[in-house]
Amino acid sequence: MGSQPRQQAGEHDFRQVLQPSPFHARVEEHNLVKNWMSWNGYQTARTYDTLASEYFAIRSSCSVMDMTPMEKYRITGPDALKFLNRLVTRDISGLKPNRVTYVVWCNDDGKVLDDGTIFHLNSGEYRLCSQHHQLDWLLISSLGMDVTIEEETHEVAAISVQGPTACSVLVAAGFTDLSELKPFSISHTLLNGFEVMISRTGYTGDLGYELWVDPGNALALWDAVFGVAQRGLYDVRAIGLGALEMVRIEAGFIMPGDDFNTAEVTVRAGHDRSPFEVGLGWLVNFDKPHFTGKQALLREKNQPIKRRLVKLSVEGNKAPADSFLYDSKKGRRIGTVKVHTWSPILKANLATADIEYRNGVAPAQIWAEIYYQKELEWQATWAQCTVSTEPFWSHPRRLTTPPERY
Amino acid sequence: MTSAIKGPVVIVGGGHNGLVCASYLAMAGRQVQILEARDTIGGGASTTSFAPGYSVSGLAHILHSLNPKVCKDLKLSSAGVSRGAAIDTIALDKGGQHLTLRANAVSGDGLSQSDIDAYTDFKEEFRRYARALEPLLMNKPPRLKDMDRKDKFTLAKLGWSLRFGLGASSMREFLRVGGINIYDVLNEVFDSPLLKGVIAVDAVMGNHMGPRTPTTVLTYLNRLWGESHCPQSIPPGGMGQVTKALAEVAGKAGVSIRTGTKVAQILVEEGRATGVQLESGERIDAGLVISNADAKTTFLDLVGAPQLDAMFAKRIHTTRTEGNVAKLHLAMSALPGIDGLSTEQLGQRLLIAPDMRYVEHAFNHAKYGEYSQQPVLEITIPSIADPSLAPAGHHVMSISASFAPYSLRAGWDKHHTVFADLIIALIEEYAPGFSAGIVARELLTPVDIETQYNITGGHWHHGEMTIDQSFMMRPVHGTAQYDTPISGLFLCGAAAHPGGGVTGVPGHNAAKRILAMGGGL
Repeated sequence: MGSQPRQQAGEHDFRQVLQPSPFHARVEEHNLVKNWMSWNGYQTARTYDTLASEYFAIRSSCSVMDMTPMEKYRITGPDALKFLNRLVTRDISGLKPNRVTYVVWCNDDGKVLDDGTIFHLNSGEYRLCSQHHQLDWLLISSLGMDVTIEEETHEVAAISVQGPTACSVLVAAGFTDLSELKPFSISHTLLNGFEVMISRTGYTGDLGYELWVDPGNALALWDAVFGVAQRGLYDVRAIGLGALEMVRIEAGFIMPGDDFNTAEVTVRAGHDRSPFEVGLGWLVNFDKPHFTGKQALLREKNQPIKRRLVKLSVEGNKAPADSFLYDSKKGRRIGTVKVHTWSPILKANLATADIEYRNGVAPAQIWAEIYYQKELEWQATWAQCTVSTEPFWSHPRRLTTPPERY
Repeated sequence: MTSAIKGPVVIVGGGHNGLVCASYLAMAGRQVQILEARDTIGGGASTTSFAPGYSVSGLAHILHSLNPKVCKDLKLSSAGVSRGAAIDTIALDKGGQHLTLRANAVSGDGLSQSDIDAYTDFKEEFRRYARALEPLLMNKPPRLKDMDRKDKFTLAKLGWSLRFGLGASSMREFLRVGGINIYDVLNEVFDSPLLKGVIAVDAVMGNHMGPRTPTTVLTYLNRLWGESHCPQSIPPGGMGQVTKALAEVAGKAGVSIRTGTKVAQILVEEGRATGVQLESGERIDAGLVISNADAKTTFLDLVGAPQLDAMFAKRIHTTRTEGNVAKLHLAMSALPGIDGLSTEQLGQRLLIAPDMRYVEHAFNHAKYGEYSQQPVLEITIPSIADPSLAPAGHHVMSISASFAPYSLRAGWDKHHTVFADLIIALIEEYAPGFSAGIVARELLTPVDIETQYNITGGHWHHGEMTIDQSFMMRPVHGTAQYDTPISGLFLCGAAAHPGGGVTGVPGHNAAKRILAMGGGL
């Protein structure tokens, strides 16, 4: 516990393959099965204990996840807004201070580079969070603009507190005036004398908050939140990326790089995807000043869509891992499953899949060819799939203000 | 299709390509207005007075590649343009054993018969290679993706021209030398160091290249392509007479020309060019905006990066546009005396490039942000053929000096005078005593050229003429067929295919492209 001192940014020791996060001392303590993985070069827990207990912490009580490794950039300067609005497809000129919005951005060909969130911190000062490293693209996009771009991934520590009792837990931890915080809003507060930024945001489709602090206060923040459980008030459980993957599929959130190939790393023609093709057409606004990819997206918009990332409900309980999809049983192949999960709370077999649309029309039927093992013997079966246009899980309490207290 | 254009056409920049493009469009019935920032028309091909009574061609000073189709289409000869008499290239030798190079023959004391014979064969063969590329040069460069019928035709013609125009053995040789450097090729063919030195100059001048730089054979072929139909000459009255004639042709076709009118911004609405805003604040609406300016000026200064996709703007930003040639103008009370040269010979194109090592060494300095300690010089004395350029009995000398990098590490401010002195001292070695007759002088470094002629980097060709910035990649892919990502905005200058030189070809190709696209709508 706490065996490795926290490093300052830029002091990476080459012998250390994975970097410890500012929460590492506590994360390591909670991580009973030592199931580590790399997230953005940080030593990150995949599971702490069992997937089921972590999953149900998110869906039934309160979960805490170390999200420090998420890429974070500070955007400032006179042209900060102009820069961001030229970068992303959505019109963010109306984003008020202390508000957050979900965005996607594209290359010149209108293919998705990444998605993320923009936090309007103070007037004219922004934070952009992304899945993948974007510094190069941000610098390229800043040509001719008076804007400062600083990566602050390592300078800001963050945890995500999600679940039905998230608000109750945080209030018990000392964040007294949390209940009026609206979804996608930010509040700045003090906890035991140090500054905490709280945003009502998340990746679970449920009530939840993200808490941002100076790395020096990371352990104090963790202890304050877990102190609630120690005092016997609420169950609070650390969760890893395994459980997060289950709930984000339920919530219909996409993960660039997993659900589709991002444009930056696409080599083969036709293997990158536009916002329309990944179901983010609603984020594209043509009625705003020029943004990168606008002309390409306008051209694409006037053509029948060729393929779509869709949310699938798969009959049965066999995992459709990497399944091929067909337009009928043993019919024409029309796509593949990208990610899938069993949803314990919905008792449903869910997947995200890339499906070919003929002449812009969705296939009338989708069938998955599923290979599965029965006591190490391979079996094959067919399962019909149903497309869902709505997220499988989106609880009303996600948007209710003030949230229900438990 | 031809009636599709709405509103007048505005051309930003009245260089020779802007004038050529304007004339073609006006002759096709378009209403065209040229806006030139400088007080005179012609851009880099103009005549300028640098001291009271002394005039000289401002940047380009030798006509060697004006395209015959452009001349014919625009009836330039009946517009009174005089090219002047064809001139030779004379390679200066300190010992007086100068060489005289013509299109097909070379002569000079001390030259071996084998070099004399080899020169004729070499020029003939290399001009054939240059001509074989012609299908590519007189058309929009074909796109490799999503080719239209015309692109396929261009490539087919090029293939036919290379394979059957050249024949099997020539094509094999062309493919061998096409990608290598002029240094190796000339060493294979010739013995005389001086002969090799001056031929190498034609392969590198105006670019950031030395004889050993790969693909210098291609830049040489580009130069030869011009020579194959336009004997080099010094136009009476300077290059300004040529562009003045072009302006008259344009005027007769109905083009209106405003000089002293600097465009501050190309106006873009909804991804479409709608006009220009002048520095004075005046706004001119247009159905079509055509830019004769270089690509960086056009896209980054006049349109602005935020109006463009990020990577496109970045690619324009990273094109190599730093000029490498300085221009020195001298007013002289008498002709210089060069041992072994008659007055008539002094009126030819004089080169100082004793051997290829000399040229390569001159270039080495430029690689490290220094000017050449012993530069390569191209000297003309236009007042010999046209005494009106200087007061009676006096003369003007126009010198292009390589290499003088735009980004001089020590800064040009402190070295302006030093470099001019260095050039004069070098000429003094060939023409002892000549500097005593200097009455006035003017040095234009690439920085001065940028400021005075509105050319980014002060680059002769609006960007390096290297293979990565040529053909379907000139200035960058995505705007290599004269149209741009902004609809209604076109390029027509040297930044576009096939590039620099007073050819008129980019202007011609751009006009053809615009008309083929129904006026750009």
